[in-house]
Amino acid sequence: MSTAISTYSKSDYINFIVLMVLGFLVIPMTVNSDYWFTSILIPWLCLALATIGQQVIMGYTGQLALGAAGFMAAGAFACFNLILRVDGLPFFGALIISGLIAAAIGIVFGLPSLRIRGIYLMVATLASQFFIIWVIDKFGWFKNYDSSGIITAQDIVIFGRPYTTPVDMYLVILVVVTVMTILAINMARGSTGRNWMAVRDMDVAAESMGVSLLKTKLQAFAISSFFCGVAGALFAFTYLKSLEPVAFDIKLSFKILFMCILGGLGTINGAFIGAGFILLFPVLLNYLGNNVFHGAIDATIISAMEQVVFGVLMIVFMIYEPLGMARLWENTKQRLFKKKNK
Amino acid sequence: MGSEILFFFEVVVGGLLAGTMYSLVALGFVLIYKASATFNFAQGAMVFFAVLSFVGFMELGLPFFLAFIVTIGLMVIVGLSTERLVIRPLMNQSEDTLLMATIGLGYVLEGLAQAAWGVEVRRLDLGIPDFPIMFIADAIGIFISALDLTAGAVAAFMVISLAVLFTQTKIGLGLRAVADDPGAASSIGIPLKHIMLLVWSAAGVVALVAGCLWGARAGVQFALVDLALKALPVLIIGGFSSIPGAIVGGLIIGSTEKVLEVYIGPFFGGAIEGWAPYVLAVFFLLKRPEGLFGEKIIRRV
Repeated sequence: MSTAISTYSKSDYINFIVLMVLGFLVIPMTVNSDYWFTSILIPWLCLALATIGQQVIMGYTGQLALGAAGFMAAGAFACFNLILRVDGLPFFGALIISGLIAAAIGIVFGLPSLRIRGIYLMVATLASQFFIIWVIDKFGWFKNYDSSGIITAQDIVIFGRPYTTPVDMYLVILVVVTVMTILAINMARGSTGRNWMAVRDMDVAAESMGVSLLKTKLQAFAISSFFCGVAGALFAFTYLKSLEPVAFDIKLSFKILFMCILGGLGTINGAFIGAGFILLFPVLLNYLGNNVFHGAIDATIISAMEQVVFGVLMIVFMIYEPLGMARLWENTKQRLFKKKNK
Repeated sequence: MGSEILFFFEVVVGGLLAGTMYSLVALGFVLIYKASATFNFAQGAMVFFAVLSFVGFMELGLPFFLAFIVTIGLMVIVGLSTERLVIRPLMNQSEDTLLMATIGLGYVLEGLAQAAWGVEVRRLDLGIPDFPIMFIADAIGIFISALDLTAGAVAAFMVISLAVLFTQTKIGLGLRAVADDPGAASSIGIPLKHIMLLVWSAAGVVALVAGCLWGARAGVQFALVDLALKALPVLIIGGFSSIPGAIVGGLIIGSTEKVLEVYIGPFFGGAIEGWAPYVLAVFFLLKRPEGLFGEKIIRRV
């Protein structure tokens, strides 16, 4: 019996090492502007992590869920309260417990998935989205009875050292995202992931092959919400730097859904590609608006056009490449590789 | 009668009438589902698009009825292009793929509407006051808004005409045949393209009517899209393929959420309207997944 690690090829290791050197050494040393860290790299990694959560439930297990932002909110507020109320709890400990709390909530709201699917399940998960936000909003305890509605997040302190500069926070997130991405890749490649995909492709057949639907679906919901919960905590503590329930509204859930689908359902690298695209495209449009058209186009029109483009892309991908940008990238790579051989 | 009982009836009646507004959005949904087995997630966006264009045309100086007709024309164009550019290329794809494509369509419509007409909140005056009708209040002591009553009447009218269309006309027969089996329907000579075009245009007109009533109540603004999401629990309770189901579902959701909000809401700081319909729908799903009037779902392996 071979372990999961021995199934990786040499090129996987090379890719991994290149990415790690790039992420931990090259980017912190070469990128000087805080703007890149605070407005692009940090939200990109956080949202990519949440998108991996969405991938687990939607891309791998085939359950149409639309409540990622609700679980992100659960994770964020859990982390805030843990650090606030538990003395001496290290940041990573709080992060893991927040993820577990989000996972527990995810299991509860995943229960309907045992009986329903498709758009029916989507409505059931919408219930979780609205309910979680409402609970946090209406019960003052979660917000530590703060009346202003916006709470400043605590500083991240690890082993007594505060991580508050953009580069520091980026490195903290990068560590978490790296560990969790490796976890996700291994789960997706192992028997866990195979069960997920069996349920996705044909649940009745999977059940008759001995895959427990109950266990597999609830496990997928738990893991998905765990990822979303951790992502939400990081998102609030490093990007928003504040905690407000409205930041985690249904729009964010839709955004993550788009990242997941455009990036490529059932792929981990698709989560990073999709999150990067959805995040960077508006930045690009704004840049064009300011520097090419010199503000001649109204900002509201630019943001409306951004919506139109996302929608059109969604339709185009559904028609021509339902597997998203990750597959597009694979195909391009293959074509380039073939040319070299000739 | 005691004033508390009267108040309870007032809450229920208000809820029932508000529920018909959800029903109107749900109707457009059912129309498309019945004829093409597509969950049209963009129905809410179509409501927003239709009413924003309607108000926009009026701002350009068109009189009320002309603006209405121009908007209907616009919705037919939207239906035509949707059929041509989204639905036809995705024929025979899985339900989930189509659903995601319609989510994309919703984004496109929302974006186009805002790019064309701007994002500010607009008022829509239909000439129907949103105040209690005094002679009803005097007679039985219940306050009922004229707008609510109009919405109820419009919904009833639309349901009856659609029910007649579906069950009594040749077009309706064709629609049902297409929904049942598009391949078989087209092989016996039912013009699939015309049927789809008709259905999408009809859904556009329903969206416009729903949008006008919603706009008169809550202002023409982006929040309409979120309100329209509540049509989903309505559909789940009523069943996706039933026109009367859309109405009954709307009535159930409308009255329950109002009663819960008024009698239970204050204990939790209010605003439970936001999630109560969804939770209600979830409980309904566990008991009866096909909805009250829906056809039983049979899945084959």
